[in-house]
Amino acid sequence: MDWTFIQKYWPDYLEAAGLTLRIGIAGILCAVLVGIFCSAVLYFKVPVLRRIVAVYIELSRNTPLLVQLFFLYFGLPKIGIRLEAGTCGIIGLTFLGGSYMTEAFRSSLEAVETIQFESAQSLGMTGVQTLRFVVLPQALATSVPAVVANIIFLLKETSVFSGIALADLMYVAKDLIGLYYQTGEALLMLVAAYLIILLPISIIGTILERKVRYAGFGN
Amino acid sequence: MSDIVLEVKDLVKEFDGETILNGIDLQIEKGEVVVVLGPSGCGKSTLLRCMNGLEEVRSGQILLDGEPVEKGARNIYKIRQRIGMVFQSYDLFPHKTILDNITLAPIKVQKRNKADAEREAKELLERVNLAEKADAYPRQLSGGQKQRVAIVRALCMHPEIMLFDEVTAALDPEMVREVLDVILELANQGLTMVIVTHEMSFARAVADRVIFIDDGKIVEENSPEQFFTSPKTDRAKAFLNTFEFEPARHKEAEFSI
Repeated sequence: MDWTFIQKYWPDYLEAAGLTLRIGIAGILCAVLVGIFCSAVLYFKVPVLRRIVAVYIELSRNTPLLVQLFFLYFGLPKIGIRLEAGTCGIIGLTFLGGSYMTEAFRSSLEAVETIQFESAQSLGMTGVQTLRFVVLPQALATSVPAVVANIIFLLKETSVFSGIALADLMYVAKDLIGLYYQTGEALLMLVAAYLIILLPISIIGTILERKVRYAGFGN
Repeated sequence: MSDIVLEVKDLVKEFDGETILNGIDLQIEKGEVVVVLGPSGCGKSTLLRCMNGLEEVRSGQILLDGEPVEKGARNIYKIRQRIGMVFQSYDLFPHKTILDNITLAPIKVQKRNKADAEREAKELLERVNLAEKADAYPRQLSGGQKQRVAIVRALCMHPEIMLFDEVTAALDPEMVREVLDVILELANQGLTMVIVTHEMSFARAVADRVIFIDDGKIVEENSPEQFFTSPKTDRAKAFLNTFEFEPARHKEAEFSI
């Protein structure tokens, strides 16, 4: 193992990790917003919109992120829409993550039992009050494990960004291997970088799950 | 002149093309305890849910002090505040402490002062012997304790009438007792109540009037004494007989050997 190589090039990884995180976090936040909106559409069975959302979910979940990115980065310019690689990354991640977040929120909303609505309503709560004080707190708690899993999944998916020439972690590793043939060192730093980013999220997620687990216990 | 709190007029309820309730007429006076009996699937729980505007009805009317109780009506939320309901399944909010479960609606719905609501909630908890559970979560309570909290939660809204929908059906026998004792005490205090139950001795003790429903219709309406000793209708007799047991045959056989 060539430690001087690692010493020399780890700052490249740091920079790439910054890019991965910036695009990753922006994409995940947008995905959460899309997820909240779409799950509300499905949950309240909004006419017309629910069909569009259903099509979106199938399209988004059944195509690989790399293909979606190619479409945005290489396809759209053909019809005159030119987007920066970073913007494509965020849009692609939002498009993919949105459907996963939708399913996470929708299933947790549906997991709240009917009796919870009825008992809230029998206490004279309006629909909005029932949602705000009774349904949403329970649904959010239930959704924590799925949402954390989605966040980790999406951050890992950023590794295909190198396909549209974004200098993310994967890109830097491939670049170094190509230039110096130091495969072992380059890949070791790549694995370490992903672990350093993802392990804390995983751990925080577990702690969060434990804090909100009352919802899983029923009453 | 009697004081009618709740009135059901020619209520018809259908579900998937099946008639669940077929022309129910019922008047409940202030301070009266009406027990609704009947075989499973006869529509008694549905009747109770209609009384709280939880079910859409085909025709007929339910009036609380002359105001219609109707699912989907603009003011149904106001009306429901005046009707307390306790369900069969434990329906406490799992993400809130016992105290918050009780005070949520008084504070958020009735906009009452938090300190007042909490003081009242604690007094009521004291009355059902659960004062020490105020800060516990529902999952830490037994089924009977949860049902007593559910009763307190409904009471804290100061309802004009309470509806109990088979509140002991999912409980162990000993827990049934502690819940029924609370309801009995409420009856003694003159609270207006409609109770759906399968506990016959409790029904007899608590009722001012018994309504027997079968196949979506009121078959018999009677005083508890008369209903349980000499029911007027054959259907009610047959129903009450199902609660009696003949000695099992294998025992007789053993004795005869």
